[in-house]
Amino acid sequence: MQDDQLIIADKAYNSRLLVGTGKYKDLDETREAIEASGAEIVTVAIRRTNIGQNPDEPNLLDVISPDKYTILPNTAGCYTAKDAVRTCQLARELLNGHDLVKLEVLGDQKTLYPNMVDTIEAAEILIKDGFKVMVYTSDDPIIAKRLEEMGCVAVMPLAGLIGSGLGICNPHNIRLIKENATVPILVDAGVGTASDAAIAMEIGCDAVLMNTAIAGAKKPVLMASAMKKAIEAGREAYLAGRMPKKAYASASSPIDGTFF
Amino acid sequence: MKIFVNGEPKQVNDSCSVQDLLAEMNITGQRLAVEVNEEIVSKSRHEDYSFNDGDKVEIVHAIGGG
Repeated sequence: MQDDQLIIADKAYNSRLLVGTGKYKDLDETREAIEASGAEIVTVAIRRTNIGQNPDEPNLLDVISPDKYTILPNTAGCYTAKDAVRTCQLARELLNGHDLVKLEVLGDQKTLYPNMVDTIEAAEILIKDGFKVMVYTSDDPIIAKRLEEMGCVAVMPLAGLIGSGLGICNPHNIRLIKENATVPILVDAGVGTASDAAIAMEIGCDAVLMNTAIAGAKKPVLMASAMKKAIEAGREAYLAGRMPKKAYASASSPIDGTFF
Repeated sequence: MKIFVNGEPKQVNDSCSVQDLLAEMNITGQRLAVEVNEEIVSKSRHEDYSFNDGDKVEIVHAIGGG
């Protein structure tokens, strides 16, 4: 499957699994899980230097090196367009001009559902400012198309609430979004286990972005490996084209030549 | 004079630059980004950029997130 590459903002990737770096026990586990996942694009959050790290601990980007991975800074925790734009600008400075970002503007703390009004506002500003925006969105096909038309380089509908592990809650909408799209469509959020990832890929999604499904597993490194296989299996099944469903049985062994 | 670094008040001398502050905090050379009063101060300006009294400084880095 060497020729079946994922293209995002003119860059080709062999892996269709994108992973987050949150919620791991420590940086060793983060590194091992990401290696096991085979991911080439890895999300990070941007926070104050005195938050989230011991002074002695190595920096996340020393473990997940930008030389090895495409770092995808997110705007997690932002509830306004202004905060999201500011976060992206800081991320670009932090990463020496790297301009690929994951835009998410959240609507409320209980659901972490995206605020699409502010998401669209932020996307407009960021695209004008030269950012390549991968955008977290609700699974509304009309909004998803609008984000593509604005110039987002990838559109990433939720399949379930962030961190919920509920799976692909509305496969029909994800399919509608994919049918209308010319940019990559990634399921972002909702995946709970390997079969969910496979379903997203079988629907025809170009890739899946996940964090908690791996980090929240009892054995995160093993789940990362499972997810890698599920993504590959789902992609191959999509390309192979599944058999039609039938209401009744259809024998696999020939009737002719039976001797009983 | 007093500036605010990541929300905390901090006394610095009047000629303190971004570079001086990072050195004092022992984070020189780390992968980070600095903004003052919500404006980015790029790495190339760290040496020359001196603070004014009351400046709100944010120093950020990448941490684990989805």
